[in-house]
Amino acid sequence: MTVTTEAPVKETPDAGGVPSFQVTMRLRRFNPESDTEPRWEDHTLTMHGTDRVLDALHKIKWEIDGSLTFRRSCAHGICGSDAMRINGRNRLACKTLLKDLPLDKPISVEPIKGLAVMKDLVVDMEPFYAAYKSIMPFLITTGNDPSRERRQSPEERERFDDTTKCILCAACTTSCPVYWSDGQYFGPQAIVGAHRFIFDSRDEGAEERLEILNDREGVWRCRTTFNCTDACPRGIEVTKAIQEVKQALLFRRV
Amino acid sequence: MQTHQYDVVIVGAGGAGMRAALEAGQRARTAVITKLYPTRSHTGAAQGGMCAALANVEEDSPEWHTFDTVKGGDFLVDQDAAEIMAKEAIDAVLDLEKMGLPFNRTPDGTIDQRRFGGHTRNHGEAAVRRACYSADRTGHMILQTLYQQCIKHNVDFFSEFYVLDLIFNEVDGERRTAGVVAYDLASGEIHVVRAKSVVFATGGAGKVYKTTSNAHTLTGDGMAIAYRRGVPLEDMEFFQFHPTGLAGLGILLSEAARGEGAILRNCDGERFMERYAPTLKDLAPRDVVARAMANEVREGRGAGPNKDYVLLDLTHLEPAHIDAKLPDITEFARTYLGIEPYTEPVPVFPTAHYAMGGIPTTVETEVLADNERVIPGMFAAGEVACVSVHGANRLGTNSLLDINVFGRRAGIAAAAFAAKAPWVELPESPEADTVALLEGMREREDGERIADIRRALQETMDANAQVFRSEATLKQALADIASLRERYDRASVQDKGRRFNTDLLEAVELGFLLDLAEVIVTGALERKESRGGHFREDYQNRDDVNYMRHTMAYRTENADGGAAVRLDFKPVVVTRYQPMERKF
Ligand SMILES: Cc1cc2nc3c(=O)[nH]c(=O)nc-3n(C[C@H](O)[C@H](O)[C@H](O)COP(=O)(O)OP(=O)(O)OC[C@H]3O[C@@H](n4cnc5c(N)ncnc54)[C@H](O)[C@@H]3O)c2cc1C
Ligand code: FES
Repeated sequence: MTVTTEAPVKETPDAGGVPSFQVTMRLRRFNPESDTEPRWEDHTLTMHGTDRVLDALHKIKWEIDGSLTFRRSCAHGICGSDAMRINGRNRLACKTLLKDLPLDKPISVEPIKGLAVMKDLVVDMEPFYAAYKSIMPFLITTGNDPSRERRQSPEERERFDDTTKCILCAACTTSCPVYWSDGQYFGPQAIVGAHRFIFDSRDEGAEERLEILNDREGVWRCRTTFNCTDACPRGIEVTKAIQEVKQALLFRRV
Repeated sequence: MQTHQYDVVIVGAGGAGMRAALEAGQRARTAVITKLYPTRSHTGAAQGGMCAALANVEEDSPEWHTFDTVKGGDFLVDQDAAEIMAKEAIDAVLDLEKMGLPFNRTPDGTIDQRRFGGHTRNHGEAAVRRACYSADRTGHMILQTLYQQCIKHNVDFFSEFYVLDLIFNEVDGERRTAGVVAYDLASGEIHVVRAKSVVFATGGAGKVYKTTSNAHTLTGDGMAIAYRRGVPLEDMEFFQFHPTGLAGLGILLSEAARGEGAILRNCDGERFMERYAPTLKDLAPRDVVARAMANEVREGRGAGPNKDYVLLDLTHLEPAHIDAKLPDITEFARTYLGIEPYTEPVPVFPTAHYAMGGIPTTVETEVLADNERVIPGMFAAGEVACVSVHGANRLGTNSLLDINVFGRRAGIAAAAFAAKAPWVELPESPEADTVALLEGMREREDGERIADIRRALQETMDANAQVFRSEATLKQALADIASLRERYDRASVQDKGRRFNTDLLEAVELGFLLDLAEVIVTGALERKESRGGHFREDYQNRDDVNYMRHTMAYRTENADGGAAVRLDFKPVVVTRYQPMERKF
């Protein structure tokens, strides 16, 4: 990815984009070494064309305040590092174009909710990964491996395609009101992770996974608010996947 | 400071690191140290596919694959290594399938395969369907599948730990591996990790350039750390510029688009690749296509208001076909450029993509100390390494293959070494240099900003050491790098804290980039020929008499305390294919 802090407009082929504009970024900041409480901080910047929220954060970090802290890596929506609450909604900073947000008022950027804030926009991801690991997110088979590939028809492959797209960014889980209020619920992502294997024709671990999801009252906690589906930057139909897992539990049939 | 002890330490949790961990972890006490959470690694960005001569959809053979790899690499490939890779490719793909990777399927349920640049049947007759894929997120699926297997096998990860130094010690006059020094981002604490075997799998260095498909975090750490400790770097002047980056942004649109039938056109709508590569056209190797594109722009046939890009045309493809085979990359065009690929051609231009060079290794992934000797206990695999299977130009889908084949080999070799090798004593205060580096940077008040120096470095590399190079541009780049280095020595960071100090780590990463840029340009200046990804305007032909050899770059200390690059050379391993003119 190009460093676009000062991306001259001519460099970004302008496709119906706004050439250059003023934007106020309202950031939720917290320095564990000096702050007792998080605080808000505003920066007004000149940004260009197809710049994204991540470009604005970089501009602040690289030109104004190097201590601003956030995670990012790929910068094109594939690594899942930079899920944030942008104007009150969970999104990836690298996939959210500034020009698509209302620019007449400040754009608020906060850490995702429900996980402990470590510094500025960085949260503790360990509980999130622990929930994922708990549903045995790996192919379970019995008997000897075949010498060639396991056969799977294109239709069988298609059956679980949607949930293979997950990049573990936590946008869904940390948009879920039940997750915020309940220390036990392992959240939508873990169910998506389970779905990916439960509906894979090659997998033989569905029973075990369904037990886990059932025993801990996992899926039943879902109140179908659709926050997770709205939040998913990969367009996964999260709520639908959860419904399918519920159906499988009720009828023990996948 | 904390200390730990493991038989095997793997640095990096991309495809290569995790593939190694799955092998080493079942044989020896293993830890993986990674500056990113494993699933954030850039392997996840790979789109198009991983090749193997499975022959599921048409006749194919590993021998043809070897030939294509050697020829695509413009004969700088070590042919023994290429042969191993092509042979082990089949099991590498089947292993992933057995681990659960959801490959796209043929109607009869086997793994489907598609065409990719430079892969041909019977030594160049026509394009062959060799790339196994999972829509256009093959790398994502490889990364997820390997991570899932690591969970299954309880692999020990130190996530968000940066390795900043490699520890060697002399034993009977021989340099041996003793461990690594790591920095915990969350706490700012230093960890010394003692190990019998160290595997570097830290990926590429695309951030040397401004326009790149690589992640912000791909700063060549492993290469630079090894280089600073006296390990040579091989063939660093060979960098691949991928033809189809989104213009102005560098975000990649996979070659799979052309594999599925997309066509490159200039401002006149001409399919210009017919002129440059009459047989393979748009699917000629990347260096050929990237130069053709840059040449179209240079000669005034570029598209757009500034005539500074060409167009990738998918409009003749069925939208349903695009959705099935290329969903993610068409979404990139929509999201980032606001272009609808069903109906509009997409603006593209070459983007810095892949480091063919790296830490030299044997086919067993042992790191070379020089042309003959290995460094006991030190291994490398993946983009950080140079085996060399990619030579002067890597073929598409050969890297996902490389990380699996040589990642696996590295895990096995590292564990086998640890099983028989004695422990090497740690030298006194192995962390001292790292502490000095970090504290020097942290304590310096009121220096220039790191980001400004980084931007200047990336701009000079784009301007002077990209698709077209010459003595004049390369000398300019070297002069710029030297002055940027002086500025770097006076730069400072604003964040003086301990916890999550990414400001400080970006400064360290810039130091790595500066070292690597100097090595790249020095090698390019010395190589007075054009071969694969390295094109000299002042020496436009390949020169097998003088330059069919690998470059080995060593860091040497000057009398005045500074450092310089010293170049040496290593013969290419030729087994069955004699160099021939590359025609596509
Ligand atoms: C956009 C894109 C598309 C591509 N498409 C294809 C394709 O279709 N087919 C193909 O064959 N190839 C493709 N490639 C190339 C291929 O994806 C990469 O070369 C390959 O994935 C590199 O894998 P790796 O394991 O070596 O490194 P990476 O996956 O980059 O992993 C590097 C690891 O090292 C760690 N690390 C780095 N520095 C440190 C440090 N100092 N301390 C600790 N850890 C560190 C990181 O945390 C990370 O885990 C593509 C590349 C890109 C950029
Ligand atoms: S930086 Fe990778 S998803 Fe945004």
